[in-house]
Amino acid sequence: MAEDCILETRNLVKEFKGFIAVNDVSLKVRRGHIHALIGPNGAGKTTVFNLLTKFLGPTRGSILFNGQDITAEQSAQIARRGIVRSFQISAVFPHLTVLENVRIALQRKLGTSFHFWRSDKSLNGLNGRAMELLAQVGLESFADMVTVELPYGRKRALEIATTLALEPELMLLDEPTQGMGHEDVDLVKQLIKKVSANRTVLMVEHNMGVVADISDTITVLARGAVLAEGPYAEVSKNPAVIEAYMGTAH
Amino acid sequence: MSRQAIGYGLLLALMLVAPTVVYPVLVMKVLCFALFACAFNLLIGYTGLLSFGHAVFLGTAGYVAGHSIKVWGFPPELGLIFAALAAAALGWLIGSLAIRRSGIYFAMITLALSQMMYFFFLQAPFTGGEDGLQDVPRGKLLGVIDLTDDYNLYYFVLAIFVFAFWLIHRTIHSPFGQVLKAIRENEARAISLGYDVAKYKLLAFVLSAGLAGLAGATKTLVFRFATLTDAHWHTSGEVVLMTLLGGMGTVFGPVVGAATIVTLQNELADKVGSLVTVIMGAIFVVCVLAFRRGIVGELSALYKKMTGSR
Repeated sequence: MAEDCILETRNLVKEFKGFIAVNDVSLKVRRGHIHALIGPNGAGKTTVFNLLTKFLGPTRGSILFNGQDITAEQSAQIARRGIVRSFQISAVFPHLTVLENVRIALQRKLGTSFHFWRSDKSLNGLNGRAMELLAQVGLESFADMVTVELPYGRKRALEIATTLALEPELMLLDEPTQGMGHEDVDLVKQLIKKVSANRTVLMVEHNMGVVADISDTITVLARGAVLAEGPYAEVSKNPAVIEAYMGTAH
Repeated sequence: MSRQAIGYGLLLALMLVAPTVVYPVLVMKVLCFALFACAFNLLIGYTGLLSFGHAVFLGTAGYVAGHSIKVWGFPPELGLIFAALAAAALGWLIGSLAIRRSGIYFAMITLALSQMMYFFFLQAPFTGGEDGLQDVPRGKLLGVIDLTDDYNLYYFVLAIFVFAFWLIHRTIHSPFGQVLKAIRENEARAISLGYDVAKYKLLAFVLSAGLAGLAGATKTLVFRFATLTDAHWHTSGEVVLMTLLGGMGTVFGPVVGAATIVTLQNELADKVGSLVTVIMGAIFVVCVLAFRRGIVGELSALYKKMTGSR
């Protein structure tokens, strides 16, 4: 069981000046799973993401990736280990082209990213791989467009392509379908399912349709603490979960 | 792309004959400030960092060049290189402190540190205080070409400018430049892609400081003295104005901005006296209110609109 676990948190706590946003959260994300993190607004889901990627430092507790303690590492270091996150609001580089967006993720491996004397034509060798990635998310015909002009759903798709470029072992997706229309939600849902082959996905998601369809495990957070964990069918019947979402009928 | 090359070629040709029409010292002054503004633009336009103390690099390099040439007897080319390196080193020092913060805090830290240097220069014995460091000899380039001749010096300054402009252009269009743009566009995302953004910002800061220093050192050679004005925060403000007026984040904008401001100051100084400051302020207000993309930014937007609508 232990070796199946790609990411583990032990008694993770985050306090903001007396307010406990994340309270004693111990998560286990199994390799190869799509693991959904759900909960009402303010439950601490995004805070957990920020802790996992060290955009915030935990007050207490530890984070283990492939059995190694990464609690003390910096955000960029964690990304280089293969934990790559997306953001609640679409995280693209708006004034670069669609192709350049993906290429930024690819170019780090060339090791020339500090070479200010080298022409950016030296990056053209990556274009083929970038186009492949764009094709995976159905964006190949948009390659030369300036990203700011893409429709919202496409931006999210681009974000996933950029994340995939790093070949992450673990993808953290923060509300990948937020603010989308029906068709886009379905598109992104299929996309997540598709890219989750050979890798692990941990996602925060509000759309229960998406969660029910594609996730293997669900963790419910409420008021910063884990309320329930298990497959959708089980968790959705849990009375405590229903109460947290609906409120009690006083 | 080739049209751009033709444009640059024409401009260069124009610059080569410019001193026969215009007073060469004025053109050299424009070139020094244009280089200064280009260096500044590398930070604000392509990295998104507003340094409000960039005059410190202009001023420091001016003194270092002046002192090394006048007192230590450095040949001019060595003095310039040494001064630019000194400014880059100072840039590393100030940069590594300032990049820990962003936005207004970054601006305030750079301002505070540059003010510290300003008062140091005011008091230090080798700078000549309020009088400035006077009588810096221009010397001979590589021991051969006599730079006391304004025309010789002009072509030397033009060569320096062309080299530095090329270097900035190349930096913007390099793998490094791509990462800088990504940081400017979305810093959190750049981090999540595994980039140590602080290191990239620091290198950009050091490059910018070094090139601003090269501008300051060249200016000392042109005017034969290094002045406290160059290290004053007014100058830091002026370079912001030049860059905004010309077009922040455009390759050529800062050059146009610097040329406009320097020429205006030169023309108006005799006619309206201290009202120059008021006029500059008015220009700044108009620029921010009416054409935020600056001269070059607005023109290229207009050009795109016209060619797009055809």
